Amino acid sequence: MGHLIRYIVARTLMTVPMVLILLTIIFAVLRLMPGDPVSAMLGGHAPEHVIELKREQLGLNRPLHVQYVDYLWSVCRFDLGDSMVLQQKVTDIIAEKLGATIELTVFGMLVTVVVGVFLGAYAADRRRTLGDSAIRLYGIVVYCIPVYWLGLMLQLVFGVWLDWLPIAGRTGPRVFPSDFERTGFYLVDTLLAGDTESFFDVLVHLVLPAFTLGLTLSGIFVRLTRANMLDVLKSDYILAAESRGIPRRRVVYRHALKNALIPILTMMGLQVALLMAGAVLTETTFSWPGMGRLLLERIYLRDYPTIQGVIIVFALMVAFISLVVDIVYAVVDPRIRY
Amino acid sequence: MGGKYGVEWWILCAGAALVGAIVLMAVFSGYIAPFDPYDQAAGPQLSPPGPTHLMGTDNLQRDVFSRIVFGSQTILKVSVMAAIISSLVGITMGLVSGYAGGIPDKILSLIMDAVYVFPGLILAIALAAMFGPGVINITFSVAIIYIPTYFRLVRGQTLAVKQELYVEAARAIGAGHLTILAKYIFPNVIATTVVVFTLNVADAIMIEAALTYLGLGLPPTVVDWGMDLAMGKKFLPSGMWWLVTFPGVMISLLALGFTMLGEGLAEILNPRLLER
Repeated sequence: MGHLIRYIVARTLMTVPMVLILLTIIFAVLRLMPGDPVSAMLGGHAPEHVIELKREQLGLNRPLHVQYVDYLWSVCRFDLGDSMVLQQKVTDIIAEKLGATIELTVFGMLVTVVVGVFLGAYAADRRRTLGDSAIRLYGIVVYCIPVYWLGLMLQLVFGVWLDWLPIAGRTGPRVFPSDFERTGFYLVDTLLAGDTESFFDVLVHLVLPAFTLGLTLSGIFVRLTRANMLDVLKSDYILAAESRGIPRRRVVYRHALKNALIPILTMMGLQVALLMAGAVLTETTFSWPGMGRLLLERIYLRDYPTIQGVIIVFALMVAFISLVVDIVYAVVDPRIRY
Repeated sequence: MGGKYGVEWWILCAGAALVGAIVLMAVFSGYIAPFDPYDQAAGPQLSPPGPTHLMGTDNLQRDVFSRIVFGSQTILKVSVMAAIISSLVGITMGLVSGYAGGIPDKILSLIMDAVYVFPGLILAIALAAMFGPGVINITFSVAIIYIPTYFRLVRGQTLAVKQELYVEAARAIGAGHLTILAKYIFPNVIATTVVVFTLNVADAIMIEAALTYLGLGLPPTVVDWGMDLAMGKKFLPSGMWWLVTFPGVMISLLALGFTMLGEGLAEILNPRLLER
């Protein structure tokens, strides 16, 4: 147990330089952005002294290193400044959108894992059959389909042609999120409010975006699960289990799959980046009011503080999730220690 | 693994055929396309695919097929150039950093690791917004995000190779650092980067198209699959399927071609690289 705690502390400390580097890169990239944010915000016709005044208010006229230290300090205090477009705190804007993104990514990941792990395990079980080849092909092809295009195609088929599912937004026109909104996770909120009608409306809106995001990432999981399962199925304890007369199906899906899942867990950490990128594109395609759509909207408006804030939150999320995944991995597999 | 060799060759050849076909399309665009991709009177507005307009026409009366043919030039140029730039920079940095070692190497690795775990697309979005629209700008936005991939790969191998006896021997007979790097380490490190390069192009294709789909990276005067996809999206609710279908199919096929090329090469050059 002492080893585990030491590992967790060491791993957490390692996150600090990573976050610091990411924050520095974000600062460097955004301060180099051409097009003066202040004149963009004031409409370009503002007199020189007004622009100067605004620059002073925002602290953009100070030396870069002062701005940098100030920037790091504000991030530590979770203060991401005020939006340049609306008189709103960036943290408030993000808090409003974060739930949408998390809800989408969680359900996307769920689809990925269920589809990926099941198909991968099945393919390994039926190695070198037609089913295996088809699943392997699926793994490669689906990886090469851009997530936004898959989204458009699903919209076309299930939204426009079949008219089964909505293609935009989180709720329909007759549902008002303000009636139930509490945590920002609409599925949870509607349940808490006991509003089943809204719950199903939210659920129906989630189906296409979640499948779009989940299916694109499932290709990697199919390949990983298959490869891991093939290794595990070769091991002695599987042979032992089979020779004891345990049914093949039970051996494959209970004994083998459980052990094959451990390495897949670490891969989940690495897929976080793909998941976030996929979410940004899925949100744009489905007019999903989350962080990705916010980022792009604000890029067009050149709303620096919000752009910076959104990217910082993405960076923190990546760092946090990979930390959690590594810790879970260490708990599950006692061999992982420093 | 006797019979497996055949399958890998098949994948390699299919990938090469796909990539080859699209490269030919890009090179001979002027001969293949029946219309000028900018011609705003090529046919009726928003007409579905038919004999004169194989892939239909868009809202500005342009021929979709001709735009697909010419669009291959943009995406190939950007993604291949981006992969070349990031491989040159990443390999050089990885070699020097791994060979030199010490504190600078540690710091550089830490920075590269941080960039590596950060979502590449989001970094590319920020870079593209910063550089502004333009073919060269988008190429650099895409190139920068892949530098850590090459750096990590090459640095790791350099660390291993520099311990080898033949490097020691070269040093013993008085070879300089540059000679050791160029003649003894580089040739042993370069083989695996070939596979990574091919898969990198496949990824760069999807990032390029994603950026232009989001409205970043290219001015509206360039013919590009991602931008056509974004435009077609507006007409999707009214069932104009051809505007979103064809650009997407082409992006997927091109990415698939390079992926299959990479997977095939990987199995043939080093069967243990992907098979775990």
